[in-house]
Amino acid sequence: MARAATTADAFNAVAEPRRRQVLDALVGGERPVNDIVVLLGLTQPQVSKHLRVLRDVGLVDVRDEGRQRMYRLNGRPLKPIHDWVKDYEDSWSERFDRLDVVLDELKEMEHEDGDSDE
Amino acid sequence: MAIVTNSGKAVVTLPTDTQILITREFDAPKHLVYKAWTTPELIRRWWAGNRGQVTLAEVDLRVGGTWRYVMVANGGFEVAFHGEYREIVPNERVVSTEIFEAIPDVEAVATNTFTETDGRTTLTILVQHPSQETRDGHINSGMEGGMNEAMDHLEQVALSLA
Repeated sequence: MARAATTADAFNAVAEPRRRQVLDALVGGERPVNDIVVLLGLTQPQVSKHLRVLRDVGLVDVRDEGRQRMYRLNGRPLKPIHDWVKDYEDSWSERFDRLDVVLDELKEMEHEDGDSDE
Repeated sequence: MAIVTNSGKAVVTLPTDTQILITREFDAPKHLVYKAWTTPELIRRWWAGNRGQVTLAEVDLRVGGTWRYVMVANGGFEVAFHGEYREIVPNERVVSTEIFEAIPDVEAVATNTFTETDGRTTLTILVQHPSQETRDGHINSGMEGGMNEAMDHLEQVALSLA
């Protein structure tokens, strides 16, 4: 299986804790870079680098307002991450539903054994 | 169709970057959940879920013993896992390695714990991966084929509730 480039998709982009903090900072709404710099206590070049990665995968959008660049969160690329865990969860749920059937039979058998012992 | 006690959905969480935690409660005492979990002819009946047929379930239930499960998925491809038992406490805990055979160089360690309260059993499966990359690969393992089907199924369920 071919490996995706380090920052090619949302999975990799949010693997970095600082980038998750950047997203958290944008949950409340649009912010200029300086806000994020202050909130996260990082340097502007560090924040810009993270924002660049997040932009590349579509997790943040940017627009110019006067001399400021305003960043906002775009949650849509997070959906595959949600779906990915969801599908795994569904596959386990299917297994466990079948296990329920097996367990009901085992309980029934044990009950019958108990009756015949009396 | 028999009325089966359904104890709800599996809950999957990602406690750390290298772990997967799966939790599910069963309406049965733990010795029965343990039995269903470790007996080959019973494993054959549940391990594939709705996604195929189990064609092999081998269990050598002792420390150092190995296990191997194979299913033929509905898409026609084989999905196989195997591993080695590291710790066995009957009716309580099974720790084993777990290798998805399509990615044979990645070994995870699964800790299965059976806890009983008032005749009901909570099963927790903690899967520890060597790295985040392999964990993410694991969640995808063998699931590509099931992805769309599962989404369709989910959609149908959602529609039926509407």
